[in-house]
Amino acid sequence: MDQFLAVLADGIIYSAWLFIAAIGLTLIYGVMKIVNVTHGSFYALGAYAGASLTGAWVARGLPVEWSYAVLLAGALAVALVVAPLIERGILRFMYARDEVVILLITYALFLILEDTIKLVWGVNPYFAAEPYALLGSFEVAGLPYPTYNLILVALAVVSGGGLAWMLQATRVGKLLVSVIHDPEVSRAMGINVGRYYLVTFTFGSLLAALGGSFTAPTVSVVPGLGVEVIVLSFAVVVIGGLGSLPGAALGAIIVGLVRSICVHYAPELELFVIYFVMAMVLAFRPRGLFSLAEPRKI
Amino acid sequence: MRRDRTPLLLGVLFLVVAAAGPWIPPWALFILTIAFAKGLVALGLMLFLRAGLVSFGQALYYCAGAYAAGALGRYLGVSDIFLMMAAGCAAAALLGFILGFLLAKYRGIFFGLLSLALSMILYGLLVKNEALGSTDGFNILPSTLFGVRPSQEWLRYAVALSAAGVALAAAYLVHRYLKTPLGRLAPAIKDNEIRVEYMGASARHAIHTKYVIAAALSGIGGALAATTVGHIDPDMSYWTTSGEFIFMAILAGTGSVVAPFAGALIFGVIHTTAYDLSPNTWQMFLGTSLLLLIVFLPEGLWSLFRRRKAA
Amino acid sequence: MNPILDARGLNKNFGAVTAASDINVAVEKDSVVGLIGTNGAGKTTFINMITGYLKPDRGAIHYEGRDITRLPPRDITRLGICRSFQIPQLYSSLTVRENMHVALGIVLRNAGLGGFFSTGEPRVPGYDAPVSEVAERILERFGLTQYRDQNAQVLPGGVRKLLDIALTMAAKPRILLLDEPTSGVSSEEKFGIMEMVMGAVKAEGATVLFVEHDMEVVARFAQRVLAFYDGRIIADAPPQAALADPEVRRYVVGGELHRMDEAAARA
Repeated sequence: MDQFLAVLADGIIYSAWLFIAAIGLTLIYGVMKIVNVTHGSFYALGAYAGASLTGAWVARGLPVEWSYAVLLAGALAVALVVAPLIERGILRFMYARDEVVILLITYALFLILEDTIKLVWGVNPYFAAEPYALLGSFEVAGLPYPTYNLILVALAVVSGGGLAWMLQATRVGKLLVSVIHDPEVSRAMGINVGRYYLVTFTFGSLLAALGGSFTAPTVSVVPGLGVEVIVLSFAVVVIGGLGSLPGAALGAIIVGLVRSICVHYAPELELFVIYFVMAMVLAFRPRGLFSLAEPRKI
Repeated sequence: MRRDRTPLLLGVLFLVVAAAGPWIPPWALFILTIAFAKGLVALGLMLFLRAGLVSFGQALYYCAGAYAAGALGRYLGVSDIFLMMAAGCAAAALLGFILGFLLAKYRGIFFGLLSLALSMILYGLLVKNEALGSTDGFNILPSTLFGVRPSQEWLRYAVALSAAGVALAAAYLVHRYLKTPLGRLAPAIKDNEIRVEYMGASARHAIHTKYVIAAALSGIGGALAATTVGHIDPDMSYWTTSGEFIFMAILAGTGSVVAPFAGALIFGVIHTTAYDLSPNTWQMFLGTSLLLLIVFLPEGLWSLFRRRKAA
Repeated sequence: MNPILDARGLNKNFGAVTAASDINVAVEKDSVVGLIGTNGAGKTTFINMITGYLKPDRGAIHYEGRDITRLPPRDITRLGICRSFQIPQLYSSLTVRENMHVALGIVLRNAGLGGFFSTGEPRVPGYDAPVSEVAERILERFGLTQYRDQNAQVLPGGVRKLLDIALTMAAKPRILLLDEPTSGVSSEEKFGIMEMVMGAVKAEGATVLFVEHDMEVVARFAQRVLAFYDGRIIADAPPQAALADPEVRRYVVGGELHRMDEAAARA
């Protein structure tokens, strides 16, 4: 029973992290139909901004209790500056191209951003463990769990729930759904699709940056942080269905629990199993577990 | 009827390597050999690109070929370079044949993502596999040719020449393939797959065939790279490795079977010089080049040659 | 007399919509059959079932005595039943000549020729000449020679139609299915296209089924007319009789009565 609880707790925490990491990616795909590799870059940018700002904050002797706001501010700063630059500066001109080409463009941008991060922040690791340490730990089945992890879970729930509410209940959300279903028709109805793309890209990137920023206190922030995140996010999003919000949640839960089980019982399968599930879903239900019916082509 | 100059070009290239080789310094021969190895992978990618497909996981076969060659050396004590390449080719081709049944059904993003997932599966398996050295991988013995171990000074030349021979021969075979009706089908599949079916051909069969050929080529490349570098590790299957191959293929374009090797060589030279000059801006440079290529030269560098000919 | 194509008891439903209701058609070899009917009447569904794009819920289709009901489009094409498309399906980034080369290349491959191990220039079966020569011949017959180096996507509408049909006929089909061969084409060109096609058909010999909305074209070229309505065939007769049929006039032709009368008078 203890073992079971441990597996479950680990799984939930990992799922929360995966969900935060993946939700922006699926949102951007759903609205703009692009697979955005810079997603990993924003995660890394958020981590670096959050860690460096928090480090500076604490070094000045300012209250650690406010560091959570600092993490938030860091993520906001990088997302609000870099995302519009990318979208307006480059992506905007490429929407007519094939989706694979756009993916390669975002991959190129990812490479550029990786080194930009190195240039700005250097290659030495950043540590900003204060927000993490401040909250101490609690016990689950005799094992200590950092209370900080609950913040991650809370962040996942808030962002997922908030986004879902926004799409269903607000006017902006409903217009966004229209753009998701058919940009051409939306344009014809007078919706400024270009603006929605900009907002979506920025917001999705912000979510990635938040994920990086709030994870930063739990790891050492080093170059290459974004690399693994991208592929894992892909896996989660593909499993749930590209563009599906509930799908991202389901995908995150599946991957999180499966990984947790593996870590506890079959560690050598840990990395393999995630991509295996991704491949299986692609093989049998390429549109994901939450797919809509596919329209006929002729 | 324009005479086909490609076989001649391939032959000349081989002779150039053979003749000039002994005077080229070993580090340059190393780069050249790796260019042939990676060029083979890029050649395979070119086959897909012509049909409008991009594989984000070609590193799977590169790695599989490398580990097959490595296993041959580690467990059977084989070090003959041609046997290594044959083993890499066979292992990768078999894997490609099996996985091809699945992959040939997909197009666009899904083809790309599925191939990516498969390459990461191999990565995940290898990283955790203690017997094969997990993240460290393992070393490979220096190559022998037909039972003879070349002396240290001739080793690089011998390897480079073998690489050139195999790679250019493979390029010739691919060139021949591209002239068959099945080989010519690629641009048609890209443009209008439905029409292809209604003309009585199977797009899936064509893609499966190309997939196996590309896998085989990548396997040879992987084995060759492994034995040249002397070391293999799971990173050979990581998605960033696939990214490098894609860069080479896009740089080369789809115009000629020689182009992927040129693309790989350019990549190799730039990588060595740029990385030495400034390791922390290498990726930025790569990314910028890729972006410029996609935006301004989507047909690859080779299209520059073609435009000049037409003008 | 054995019909070359025999459809028996074809039924097809899409949810609540009946696209085909107990269709029975026997087509004689070398005949020319016109299929008429308003949009949604079932003509395209019928063609889609013959060519294997759709499978009927019930019923069977026999071609030269062989059951082809469940075969995929690719196999049906290889057996000799080829179709053209309402919206021309071309290889848009290839030139007209290259389009034809692809078509003939497939013909070669299906005959087992021109493979990896073959040497020399293979000769296309049915034409006994190399691909480039046959391509020129076909393009010339359809008046496409002047366009041969232009990319398919820049061609004008009528030319696209002709190319689509030329590609379909490259394989020398035994049964030719033309889906609205003159739609989207100016009225001056309509007859020209059909004349060209029928000329080619006469030279090679083939059974033709064509879907048409223009009654003049139907009256001029069809030997037999099948009128569709609501998934059923409501008339099966030579053009003059079919176009005079009151049910056909009511359900198929609608308000075009005076044009139709002219066509009937001319036929």
